[in-house]
Amino acid sequence: MEHIRTTKVEQVKLLDRFSTSNKSLTGTLYLTATHLLFIDSHQKETWILHHHIALVEKLALTTSGCPLVIQCKNFRIVHFIVPRERDCHDIYNSLLQLSKQAKYEDLYAFSYNPKQNDSERLQGWQLIDLAEEYKRMGVPNSNWQLSDANREYKICETYPRELYVPRIASKPIIVGSSKFRSKGRFPVLSYYHQNKEAAICRCSQPLSGFSARCLEDEHLLQAISKANPVNRYMYVMDTRPKHRMQSWWATQKDIGRIIVRISSKIWNDEKIRESDEKKRLNAMANRAAGKGYENEDNYSNIRFQFVGIENIHVMRSSLQKLLEVNGTKGLSVSDFYSGLESSGWLRHIKAVMDAAIFLAKAIMVENASVLVHCSDGWDRTSQVCSLGSLLLDSYYRTIKGFMVLIEKDWISFGHKFSERCGHLDGDPKEVSPVFTQFLECVWHLTEQFPQDFEFNEAFLLQIHEHIHSCQFGNFLGNCQKEREELKLKEKTYSLWPFLLDDQKKYLNPLYSSKSPKFAVLEPNTVSFNFKFWRNMYHQFDRTLHPRQSVFNIIMNMNEQNKQLEKDIKDLESKIKQRKNRQTDGILTKELLHSVHPESPTLKTSLCFKEQTLLPVNHALRTIEGSNPADNRYSEYAEEFSKSEPGVVSLEYGVARMTC
Amino acid sequence: MEFSELIRTGRAQAKLLRGPEAPPLRGTLCVTGHHLLLSPGPQATSDLWLLLLRRVDSIEKRVSGDSGTITLRCKDLRVLQLDIEGVEATLDIARSIEALSSLESVITSFPFFYRPKGLRLGDAWHFHPPERYYKRVARETNAWRLSEVNEDFSLCPSYPRAVIVPRAVDDDALARCARFRQGGRFPVLSYHHAPSGTVLLRSSQPLTGPQKRRCAEDEELLRAALAGARPGARGFILDTRSAQAAKQARVTGGGTEAKAAYPGWKRLHRPLERGWPLQESFVRLVEACGDLEQSMDRWLSQLEACHWLAHVKEALSTACLAAQGVGREGACVLVHGAEGTDSTLLVTSLAQLILDPSSRTMAGFQELVEREWIQAGHPFQLRCAHSAFSHARPKHEAPTFLLFLDCVWQLGRQFPLSLEFGEGLLLALFEHAYASPFGTFLCSSEKERCLCEVRTRTHSLWSGLNQPKEQRKLRNPLYVPNPLAIWPSVELQTLRLWQGLFLRWIRPPEPSEVAWEKVWQIVTDKKTEGCEPTVSASEPRL
Repeated sequence: MEHIRTTKVEQVKLLDRFSTSNKSLTGTLYLTATHLLFIDSHQKETWILHHHIALVEKLALTTSGCPLVIQCKNFRIVHFIVPRERDCHDIYNSLLQLSKQAKYEDLYAFSYNPKQNDSERLQGWQLIDLAEEYKRMGVPNSNWQLSDANREYKICETYPRELYVPRIASKPIIVGSSKFRSKGRFPVLSYYHQNKEAAICRCSQPLSGFSARCLEDEHLLQAISKANPVNRYMYVMDTRPKHRMQSWWATQKDIGRIIVRISSKIWNDEKIRESDEKKRLNAMANRAAGKGYENEDNYSNIRFQFVGIENIHVMRSSLQKLLEVNGTKGLSVSDFYSGLESSGWLRHIKAVMDAAIFLAKAIMVENASVLVHCSDGWDRTSQVCSLGSLLLDSYYRTIKGFMVLIEKDWISFGHKFSERCGHLDGDPKEVSPVFTQFLECVWHLTEQFPQDFEFNEAFLLQIHEHIHSCQFGNFLGNCQKEREELKLKEKTYSLWPFLLDDQKKYLNPLYSSKSPKFAVLEPNTVSFNFKFWRNMYHQFDRTLHPRQSVFNIIMNMNEQNKQLEKDIKDLESKIKQRKNRQTDGILTKELLHSVHPESPTLKTSLCFKEQTLLPVNHALRTIEGSNPADNRYSEYAEEFSKSEPGVVSLEYGVARMTC
Repeated sequence: MEFSELIRTGRAQAKLLRGPEAPPLRGTLCVTGHHLLLSPGPQATSDLWLLLLRRVDSIEKRVSGDSGTITLRCKDLRVLQLDIEGVEATLDIARSIEALSSLESVITSFPFFYRPKGLRLGDAWHFHPPERYYKRVARETNAWRLSEVNEDFSLCPSYPRAVIVPRAVDDDALARCARFRQGGRFPVLSYHHAPSGTVLLRSSQPLTGPQKRRCAEDEELLRAALAGARPGARGFILDTRSAQAAKQARVTGGGTEAKAAYPGWKRLHRPLERGWPLQESFVRLVEACGDLEQSMDRWLSQLEACHWLAHVKEALSTACLAAQGVGREGACVLVHGAEGTDSTLLVTSLAQLILDPSSRTMAGFQELVEREWIQAGHPFQLRCAHSAFSHARPKHEAPTFLLFLDCVWQLGRQFPLSLEFGEGLLLALFEHAYASPFGTFLCSSEKERCLCEVRTRTHSLWSGLNQPKEQRKLRNPLYVPNPLAIWPSVELQTLRLWQGLFLRWIRPPEPSEVAWEKVWQIVTDKKTEGCEPTVSASEPRL
């Protein structure tokens, strides 16, 4: 609280960045310990969680006041105009302090209290049980076993305590392999395909240096391939771009020649662009630091596959460019598409998807086990493993299963959520939208397979909201060890039970649950299947969205159908009961008659009509990341039913569009 | 002329490839006067396959060894491949298809021979007569009258028999007006906005010429239109050309309304692309969609370079402007470009869709297409002679009507509950506008249709579409009548490529079709089981 100098400023204007009329909402701005709150003259509330704030900017003073622009991590951008510069300055400074916390203990999750007692809290944390999940996959079994090597986080600090490895891999082999792999992240099981008896494993890059090889690592890989009784061949997927690999080949073949080769390449080959040279040099530096690639000669029964997913820095600046382009209003066609192209964002999404498809195919078609790694094995590796499993196993396409998937491949295997999402005031170079990309890939899949997912887009958006909100403990910290040290299970709440309680909002009405467990998805990654995800990157820009929501209507109809079916069954059984008791037909008729006037059918149909017109947001209060009454989809219905958008006058000569 | 002269070979053995998803079909190939048939033989289970030859846009033949391959690119953007046994047969069939698909005579075209079961000739031609709408407006406003001045098409060959004009202007004045407008297209009422009492008008450009001629009757007509709306009403003349293009048109005898001559009217210029550039944009987009191997970057740059979405955006925003003038400002709006048969109709028809709830129903939309496109003289015969694949030198082709359908689709996406019809109807209209067994889109004007006796000798598309079995494909299951105007967003983040049309034959259609079917199931389930309680004024579909 010591950062807050002004708690309330009146007569503040809120501008809409996509509205062409220069109309604004006037209202009062409040600053609380956790939220920034704006209440306009219609009493509509806009809540912004401090942790969601990515950037605060104070622009040059204008005649109407001092502009304050706030960019949020959930892609909301608000533009306030504060009448007095002093107030603006105070708010600006407070927000600077409040949005960047130095300690975990100052994050919202540690003060957030949804009024649950300790046992409810504990139950919430036990909702997702990974041991249960491995059992569901079919491990441990005759080939795979639970290893206790990392029980005390002695071998790898960023892995979970419980790891599954091939049964024939002994502890010395594991220890040896872990010393050979970056950060000790040795190959472990991520997903086991019960039908094919093939496995997805994950690890980090080998520290092979210029000449080294590691027998234990080679043994462990052999063990993985032997754990697959059907196909002895396995794939090692390196998810990094190929050009690095090529430079590695250059180094590996003949160390004596590499310097000549690389330098001659750099200096003589005009075709190589400067960026490539840098990458080559980087790779050299990597190798000198003892990081690199497995030497193919040392590993038998292994096929190496390279898929080019760029690193976190490329992804960060790509998203930055994307947002810059799309933040402008009145874009021309060429601005929009050349911006989309030069940002490279969709190209990166396609690369991740292609990698996951390769992985799924290797298992489905060739029956081969696959080992996935990138550099540290917590960014690209998590993306590829989780997406691959999602393609293979329909369980992960359910609401509960998707939670399990995130919990397994992202949280437990040490995707550095706190650093990647910038939860604390830290190194901005560690921030990267890796998880956002994963969600976007899933969204693209839901677009291609509208019937195969139990959840809808709102579910993905809600999860995205909460990886940044710091309201729940799930995504705090960078690995399990750190989370245990923070005592998150005692001090904070888990997100999942809240989402599950609310699951009605996240259901996909078109979902057909009948598909078999191993119904594999085969997405088509031809370029035109990738679209700009407007509902993510413009989720708060209401004028850009469809004005009517199909989703609510279908959902309501679906509900109603189910209710009606139930009613019919109830009535039928009642009739049967009566008939059994009294064989008098007239009485039965009377019963039917008396039921009719207040039959539930009538009630549901009335409900249906109200719901389509009114926002259904009351239930959101406890869970919404940044605010209780957030303006999302459901409000379009309201907006629409109210009236047409604001009027703009058709001035002489200059006619402006309303929307 | 006999078709048999053009058919060089009767039949051949062939294999048909229908795109990536459908299985190939083997059988006997046969060319008839209007169709290409493939009969799988008596023992086969699959049905006869049939292609209307007019649907073929371009044909490409290749021979190797003793067999040949013909690639047919259709006007509905489908690409078919025929593998034919025998080099001679291949060449003969290719030549026959080439000759038959490019016949220009209207009265020998298939609609004059098409006699489907269950439909009676002449049945549906009274489905959506514009007179009905005009009579209603005349009755309601008292300021407008139905004129028979064009009964014999002498005043304006591209207008229908019935035109609606201000009551204060007599037929002689109309005749003089017609001489002052290109092609005789004097200003007529396009839409009457009942809530504000104002009207949307359309015409062609005035023939002011380099001498800046004036026409007292034309000025009087527009003055009467303003007076009819409301005393002191303002008007906007929406010219769909740039100010410069309008000025240049004076050299060739055209021009635009002089400010001084039309008090109360204010001119706005909103240039819309037409003609060849629009066709080229269409061709380039289709080309880009056909390339499955291209990288993401190339796809995006192609999408940008073809500029199709820019045309969609321009058309929608100009229509919004017109709608805004009529619906919000209480002003009369006159729309015209040069001939007044292309972009003019695009703007007036879209503006009505935005403003008028009744034009968003199934019947209302068909009526709108009939009144504002077919009867209003959009030259379908010329504009839709070829689609995106033709190598022939283009003459008058332009996908203006397709652009209209795309804009409607964008509206439907932004207001998914407000249109009674679905994507299926738009796709059907696109298909039939380019090649059809029905007579509705034949010819370029009502006059030509009368000469060819289209009404009595062909079937109407509307009767074909309104058969009960077609409804599930064409209707929007989620339709709820919406009494308000639907103002679309024209930001590029909102506009999208119409994949259902441009990628219709390229990507597998199953997932979206299955989803559509599922929505239908959910909706009809509810309707049938809900019984009486769900029937109410707001849900008329039972």
